Amino acid sequence: MSRPEDTLPPDLFYNDSESRKYTTSSRIQKIQSDMTHRALSLLNLPSPSLILDIGCGSGLSGEILSGTEEHDGTPGGPHVWVGMDISSSMLSVALEKEVEGDLLLADAGQGVPFRAGTFDAAISISAIQWLCNAETSADTPTSRLARFFNGLYASLRRGGRAVCQFYPKNEEQKKMISSAAVKAGFGAGLLEDDEGTKNAKTYLVLTVGGGELDGDITGVVRGMDGVDVVEGRQKLGQRKRGEDKKGSKGWILKKKEQMERKGKVVKQNSKYTGRKRRIAF
Amino acid sequence: MKLLTLNFLTCAIKSCKSSPASFPLHPRDATLEIIESDLNLAFLRNILPRLMWSELCTITRELGLPALPETVPTGEDMVEKKEGEEEVASQTAKDLHRVLLETGIREGGLVCGNCGHEYKVLEGVGNFLLPGHLV
Repeated sequence: MSRPEDTLPPDLFYNDSESRKYTTSSRIQKIQSDMTHRALSLLNLPSPSLILDIGCGSGLSGEILSGTEEHDGTPGGPHVWVGMDISSSMLSVALEKEVEGDLLLADAGQGVPFRAGTFDAAISISAIQWLCNAETSADTPTSRLARFFNGLYASLRRGGRAVCQFYPKNEEQKKMISSAAVKAGFGAGLLEDDEGTKNAKTYLVLTVGGGELDGDITGVVRGMDGVDVVEGRQKLGQRKRGEDKKGSKGWILKKKEQMERKGKVVKQNSKYTGRKRRIAF
Repeated sequence: MKLLTLNFLTCAIKSCKSSPASFPLHPRDATLEIIESDLNLAFLRNILPRLMWSELCTITRELGLPALPETVPTGEDMVEKKEGEEEVASQTAKDLHRVLLETGIREGGLVCGNCGHEYKVLEGVGNFLLPGHLV
């Protein structure tokens, strides 16, 4: 199946008919609501909070956020939320449904127009993979992601959390998104549900320092059942494989090979190549 | 768009980020609406320290709403507690709820105090899409 991101930009893809299809499909509703509940359990909000919904669409997840515990199982709710989306058709469906949150027509790739420390938490369901596509030649996916994560980092309060569920196209995209988040200052980690299956769901869990957490996802998932922590970070001071110390034998051999490829005259390698000269006396 | 949201929105243009005049956005030709909702005391208490009170007063003055008290209400002002009874929302909390969560801008514009860019509000949805050269 082709990915919608590859066919059209989001504001054109989600036109009136596609928005309606998306909102009325009971299958999509079910998946969206499951993912929202999962994201809420990761956010672990103790009391009614102010939440930003990035790519809120027709407010499918927003309805859960403004629901109460008895009603739809929102812990700590009802929350107050502000949603932003780039598709005006999606937003008009949301208006028809009279969702409780405030709506903004805005492109997350242009930044998040809120003052510092606004939100307790942010949630995003199936949206940020769209940021990996730039529609104009003046823009790049990297700069769109950077603007988004920088804006998001600033608009969350200290100790706040954000959970973004997204559909990565490949490993590369996963890495691009999480490294952009780390660059913005977040403690970032990926949580994968049903890994390796067709229903795999990827959640990017972001934390802003200053809270009671350890500063990253390991603090979030502590105490959760069935979660394995895989350390993907490189230890500081550890060298990448294949990288030699400057001046070592390996380094000299590599340089000589490089020069040879360039067509320079290079002395032949021998057992003395790269060997230390001992002090004569 | 609720006045609560307006108390957090800034101008989206990059060059305005560093200027203090980019917050708050000033309403222009605004039509107001009131949407009733349930009072959420815990939320009000949570959000109170994050409000910029003087800016909120400015906005209500510009919109011609009844003036707010000059001093910032505290968490204790929100409840009336009588002996042996449950906590009840005070008049202050009710007024605050009315202004922040029930009053909203339906149509009109929001103008940045720094660059003068006007963001349109239609049916309560603010348009914060920027043309490419302003991003």
